Amino acid sequence: MDKHTSEKKVQAGMLVPLLAVDDLFCERDERVLFQNLSFRLTGGQVLQIKGGNGSGKTTLLRILCGLNDNYQGLIRWRGELLANCVEEFRDEMLYLGHRVGVSKVLTPRENLLWSGHLRRQISADEIDVALAKVGLQGFEDSQCFTLSAGQHQRVSLARLLLSKARLWVLDEPFTTLDVRGVAFLENLIGQHSDRGGSVLVTTHHAMAVEGLTELTLGEDRKPRVSLS
Amino acid sequence: MSAVRSTLVGAVLATLRRDLLIAYRRKNDLLNPFMFFVLVATLFPIGVSPEPEMLGEISAGVLWISALLASLLAMDNLFRADFEDGSLELLMLSRHPLYFLVLAKNVAHWLVSGLPIVLVSPLIAYMLNFPEGAYSTLVLTLLLGTPVLSLLGSIGVALTVGLGSRGLILAVITLPMSVPVLIAGTLTVSQTLEGASLSGYLAIMGAMLVASFTLAPLASAAALRVSVN
Repeated sequence: MDKHTSEKKVQAGMLVPLLAVDDLFCERDERVLFQNLSFRLTGGQVLQIKGGNGSGKTTLLRILCGLNDNYQGLIRWRGELLANCVEEFRDEMLYLGHRVGVSKVLTPRENLLWSGHLRRQISADEIDVALAKVGLQGFEDSQCFTLSAGQHQRVSLARLLLSKARLWVLDEPFTTLDVRGVAFLENLIGQHSDRGGSVLVTTHHAMAVEGLTELTLGEDRKPRVSLS
Repeated sequence: MSAVRSTLVGAVLATLRRDLLIAYRRKNDLLNPFMFFVLVATLFPIGVSPEPEMLGEISAGVLWISALLASLLAMDNLFRADFEDGSLELLMLSRHPLYFLVLAKNVAHWLVSGLPIVLVSPLIAYMLNFPEGAYSTLVLTLLLGTPVLSLLGSIGVALTVGLGSRGLILAVITLPMSVPVLIAGTLTVSQTLEGASLSGYLAIMGAMLVASFTLAPLASAAALRVSVN
């Protein structure tokens, strides 16, 4: 059902998809992680990347956001090859990795001030509002080593609120979150999608997000004859 | 909310401020290279000879070698923590050129690891019976040389940051590049003592600094991309 609604969205949406991946091939340690991988991501689409442990979900995300260039194939951003529009792409893409990018000796506010300034001009008030939204009110000035893993994740989630990125690339964002945190993030992803933003997310968790599409990795790991 | 993109200067200053703040919070890392420098330099009179003439002769070399080793010890702090907590990925995915952000990290790193050594060097030099009249030369050479050591070291750290156990590999990569700086530094001091003009030697060291300031972050940035890959 979900797949159908999103396909309709694809047709109704813009002609040029935000992200277009064609014939992606990646090999790691002499194991083929994926081959002939092609998909499109349009505005408003939420794509969940599934697959077992070691199936290459994280590698795929890192390839797509430009941290890993160990691949063959074509990746286009708004119809243009990724290599030709790196700056625009980085402006519009926000990647939250498995490692959350939160320095333990800094406070959440200091962490966000720095990562915010890497992207845009940002004020301390905006950060405080975002921190309150992710449930870290009262922790703004505690050094992060006093916070739990879930709270680190929440600091990282505050970046979603502070950014204007069109595409969110989220690697296992649910792992350390509590029940309320999960609901919050699902809600956030839904809102982002409603505003026309796209989300690429890996998780084993069954997401309650409307219009979710799925991509499963690791099904073509065994050698097989390709028909195309 | 307005979404004014940050300027390059803003991003560089934010990175500089962040790294200085982290250094301030991690006072151990801040003190280690400094203490190491002082300790190594003070061990020489005990190990070699406490004779003032002897010490005076080797003092420039001792100070320079101590500074080199201390900077090597400090190098690991440059990218390691950022690599482990994922901040490095944020840095690399910023729209600003990694070159300038790496340069900002290098500057912050030198301010907390190199500058204290330069500042304390006259005191250690006095303790080692350093020849009078060459103090300003010593400080000047260290002031020009220690940033070069930091910048060159940063290439090595960027290359090895992704490795689990690094051991001596950082030293093996970094030390050969550092040798010319060591030679230039000690030579400047000894030659000026013999009455040679200072400006020529300082020009060479200045050239080294300019070259490494402009080129080393380029190599570090490229190495980081490989390490994070």
